[in-house]
Amino acid sequence: MTLGDLYLISPELSLASLALLLLLLDLVVSRKGFLAALAVVGLVVPLVLSVALWLGLDSTGPEPVNTGVLANTLLVDKFSLFFKFLVIGTVAVIFLMSGEYARKFQRFQTEYYALVLLSATGMMLLASTIEMISIYISLELSALPLAALAAFRRDSRSSESGMKLLVLSGVSSALLLYGMVLVYGFTGSTMLSDVAVKLDGVVFSGGQPFGSYALLLGIVLMVAGFGFKITAAPFQMWAPDVYEGAPTPVTAFLSVASKAAGFAVVLRVFYVAFPAEALSLQWATVFAALAVLSMTVGNLVAIVQTNIKRMLAYSTIAHAGYLLIGVAAVAARAPAGSGDAGPSGVLFYLGGFAVMNLAAFSAVIAISNRTGSDLIESLAGMGRRAPVLAGVLAFALVSLTGVPPTVGFMAKVYIFGAAVNAGLAWLAIVGVVNSVVSAYYYLRVVKAMYMSPALSDEPLAPEPPLRIALLGTAAAVLLFGIYPKWLLDLALTAAQALHLS
Amino acid sequence: MNLESFLIVGAAIFAIGLYGVLSKRNAVTVLMGLELMFNAVNISAVAMSRYIVPARIGSAGEMLPQLLTGQVFAIFIITVAAAEVALGVAIVIAIYRNRETVFVTDVNEMRR
Repeated sequence: MTLGDLYLISPELSLASLALLLLLLDLVVSRKGFLAALAVVGLVVPLVLSVALWLGLDSTGPEPVNTGVLANTLLVDKFSLFFKFLVIGTVAVIFLMSGEYARKFQRFQTEYYALVLLSATGMMLLASTIEMISIYISLELSALPLAALAAFRRDSRSSESGMKLLVLSGVSSALLLYGMVLVYGFTGSTMLSDVAVKLDGVVFSGGQPFGSYALLLGIVLMVAGFGFKITAAPFQMWAPDVYEGAPTPVTAFLSVASKAAGFAVVLRVFYVAFPAEALSLQWATVFAALAVLSMTVGNLVAIVQTNIKRMLAYSTIAHAGYLLIGVAAVAARAPAGSGDAGPSGVLFYLGGFAVMNLAAFSAVIAISNRTGSDLIESLAGMGRRAPVLAGVLAFALVSLTGVPPTVGFMAKVYIFGAAVNAGLAWLAIVGVVNSVVSAYYYLRVVKAMYMSPALSDEPLAPEPPLRIALLGTAAAVLLFGIYPKWLLDLALTAAQALHLS
Repeated sequence: MNLESFLIVGAAIFAIGLYGVLSKRNAVTVLMGLELMFNAVNISAVAMSRYIVPARIGSAGEMLPQLLTGQVFAIFIITVAAAEVALGVAIVIAIYRNRETVFVTDVNEMRR
C-alpha cells in the first residue's frame, strides 16, 4: 500500500469521505438544505479525480496501461473509469431530483444522501474489481445501503420493499458465493486472471470440464447471482414490488446505477475469467436465453400495469434483456478476433439508458410530488398543465421505445448490430419485435398525458434543481441521439481496455 | 475425512437454508435460512482451501505457508452476513411497527 495506490482509488475514497463528512456536519448544521447542496457540489471531487486518472492512463503511452491496486484486487483501467463517470453522473442527477422528495424525510435527510453516496462507492469499486472476494464485498457495499434506502420512508409499502430487496439480494449473494467457491475449488485462486489461465487448457472429459458438472454448476450459480442484480428474467420477481414501494429517487438509482454496476461486473467476470472457447459458447447460450426471457416477460407484463413506477420496473427488465443481447454477442465472438464491438455496444447502451431513464424518472418525480400519486391515470391532461414536464416524459418514453432521433434508437442499433455480426441474427429479430411491443405501453402514457381531460387546471411547476435534472437529461437524450460519436468513442476506448485486462 | 464429506454437508445445509428462505412465514426465520446458506458456503470455502489449493514451493525448494484464500473468504462472508442480518432485523421491526405482524405472507400490499 503506497501513496500511489491511494491516488488510484481516490475517486472511491473521496466519495466515501463525502458521505462521512455529511454525517458529521449533520450533527452541527441545522439547515439541511445546505447539506443537500454540499452533497451535489462535493461530487466534483471524485469526478475531477476520475478525469485525472483517465488522462493519466492516456499520457503513459499509446497503449492504455492498466494498473492494479491493493494486492491486485482492483484494476484501474478505462473500463472501470467509464463506469465511475456513469455512477457519479447518475448520483448527481439523483441528488438534483431528490431535493423536494428528501425534505419529507425531515431530520433524516442527510442520512439519505450519505447512504446513496456509500452505495455509489460500492458500485464504483464493483467496476474495478478483478478478484472474487472483493467482488462480493463491493456487491454488498452497494446492495445493503440500497435496502436501507428502499425502506427509508418507513411506511408499510416502503418497508415491505426494503425487506424484499434485502432477502432477495441476500439469496442472490448466497447463490453467487456458492458459485464462486465452486470455481475457486476447481482453479485454486480467486483472481479472475488466474482462473482464466487455469481454465485455458481445460480438459473436457466426458463432455464436461475436469470430468464433472461442478464447474459448470458454479458458473450457472454465478449467472443466477448476477442475474438478480441486473434484473434479468427469471430472476426479476423482486424488481416490480421493490421499485413500486421504494422512494422514487431510490427507484431511479436502482434502475440505472445498480444495473450499470451489475453489467460492469458481469462483463468483467465472464470476459476475463471464462474466455475459454468451449466455456464461452456455453455461457453465451445461457445469456441469449436470459435475454429472450427478460425482453418478453418485461414487455408483456408491462402492458397491464396501472402504476407508472411498476411499469418502468418492467421496462427496466426488458432493457436488461436488450443489454444481455450485447453480452451474448460478446461471448459468441470471444476470445478470438475483434471482440470489442459487443462490449462497446453494451457500454453505449448503459450510458444511453441512464440518461433516458433518469429523464423519465425526473418527470415522474416532479409530477408525483404535486399530485401525490404514481398512477398512470393521474398523468391525464399533463400536456396542458405542465407542457415542459409532459414533453420531457414523452420524449424519454419515445427514446425508451427506440425511435430516432433519440439515444435509445442509436443504442439499439449498436446492440442489435453487434448481435447480427456475431451470428445471432435471430436474437436481434426477437429484440426488434419486442421493441415494437414496448411501443404500446410507452405510448399509452403519452396518450394519457395529451388526449385525456385533465383532473384539474392548476399548472404544475418543478423546483429549479429538478428542472436542471429534467432539461439536462432530456438534452443528453437528444444530443447522443443526433451525435452519438462522443459517447461511442468513450465506450469503444473503455471496451478495448476490457480486452487488455 | 475427505473433501467430499465436507462438500456434501455444505450442499445439504445450503439446500436446507434455501428451503427455509422460500417456505417460512416468519421473517426472522427467513433471515435464519439466509444465515444457513451463507454458512454452508463458508464450510465449502474452507474445505476447498484445505484440500485443493496446491502446496507452494519456494525458489530454493523449501515449503512456503499455504495460501489461506478460502479461510479469508469465509471471514469476510461472516462479517458481511452479520451486517446484513442487523439491517434485516431493523427492517423487520419497521414492518412490525406498521402492521403488527412479522409474517411475510401478510406483507403483500403491492401484489393485489
